[in-house]
Amino acid sequence: MNAISPAVPAPIGLLAELTHRCPLRCPYCSNPLELDRRSGELDTATWQRVLSEAAELGVLHIHLSGGEPTARADIVEITGHCARLGLYSNLITSGVAGALQKLEPLADVGLDHVQLSVQAADAARAERIGGLRGAQEQKLVFGRRVVELGLPLTLNAVIHRGNIDEVQAIIDLAVELGARRLEIAHTQYYGWAYLNRAALMPTRADVALSIAAVEAARARLAGRLVIDLVVPDYYAKYPKACAGGWGRRLMNVTPAGKVLPCHAAETIPGLEFWHVTEHSLGDIWHRSPAFNAYRGTDWMPEPCRSCDRRELDWGGCRCQALALAGDAAATDPACSLSPLHARIKDLAVSEAATEVAPDYRYRVIGGAPAAARQEEPA
Amino acid sequence: MSALTPLSVPRLPRGVRMRFDPVRNSQVLLAPERTFDLDEVAVAVLELVDGQRTIGEIAGELASRYAADKAEIEADILPMLSDLASKRVLET
Repeated sequence: MNAISPAVPAPIGLLAELTHRCPLRCPYCSNPLELDRRSGELDTATWQRVLSEAAELGVLHIHLSGGEPTARADIVEITGHCARLGLYSNLITSGVAGALQKLEPLADVGLDHVQLSVQAADAARAERIGGLRGAQEQKLVFGRRVVELGLPLTLNAVIHRGNIDEVQAIIDLAVELGARRLEIAHTQYYGWAYLNRAALMPTRADVALSIAAVEAARARLAGRLVIDLVVPDYYAKYPKACAGGWGRRLMNVTPAGKVLPCHAAETIPGLEFWHVTEHSLGDIWHRSPAFNAYRGTDWMPEPCRSCDRRELDWGGCRCQALALAGDAAATDPACSLSPLHARIKDLAVSEAATEVAPDYRYRVIGGAPAAARQEEPA
Repeated sequence: MSALTPLSVPRLPRGVRMRFDPVRNSQVLLAPERTFDLDEVAVAVLELVDGQRTIGEIAGELASRYAADKAEIEADILPMLSDLASKRVLET
């Protein structure tokens, strides 16, 4: 499968993890447990070359992410480069620390969109979850400034046991700030979130209430606020098409320049990832072993292989299959057709039923404690 | 938000823009976290969405350009523009 296949569509989006440095310490962070250090980060010129290659390859959206992307001294230069190439730039930010100071220069060079994270509506709760005191007020000031500058604002809230009863309040906050979009994203359990799963897993009843709140708000706020909902896998009937299908729509470039089909793909042992300093982005998209490993449907086992949904779900998530089934090529256990599905659901139910949730293990550069690594399949 | 009428003046807000995609050889509408593939009709309409013209005027221009009935065009483009407005990518 090393030849360029005409059937492989060009990627639409590229997630540029500019740095893993971040003032927040959210226990569900989507970054890997082994975070890249500043000394290993790509320089400005390399990022600009990568973005130029992305535009040439057919990428339309660049998600400037991290960590906290505004922690990079060159974030304005990088964003300006996107604008010159016609790439749609999306800043995914915590809105704290130096973010506010960079906002106006970013708007001036043509930043297209801002996605601001909120950990909860209530400040004390939000700051306990994010692990940074004083964060909430900074976020609110930042969000208001985004709207004042005329930029579109999306609020993103990762939902879990510690804030699931605040979904309505988060919707109200989005309206109050003047956001055009809100993402109510139930936690996906990879990396740090997998490590903290027992502290994060909500009950099924609370999940149902949160979904009902979103549906009611969608009807009430039509034309004012668009609400995207990511439902929690463990209670789902079908898995999500992770990253829109492996190697179909998205590329992820790590701070050190490794190119991944999704942000968690490094958890899969034996995959060979290529690096932007050694290969062009187009070469990596078409020819790198990691991108071809689970592309399309040829790799699928049963029940995926003969499933009517195989080109809708694309087999679900490979990283989740590895974490829960011990095999990255297995059917995602989030799927009700997986033989492991009932066990996964029971696991979620029992974790959510504990009276007091365990303490968070906060995200920290230097890695999680050895005992807590994601080794044991459920 | 009130429904669009022929008197509404639509515009694309900041953060929503149309561009040509040379790789896929088509015009696309880029918006927060979304890309809309546009057909020829949508492109012709959106090229006239400038924050100045009313929907009625847009229909009028298209009617004379394609020698078609203005009322029919209006009836076609109102739902299309309303759909974009409900997705928060078009404002009046």
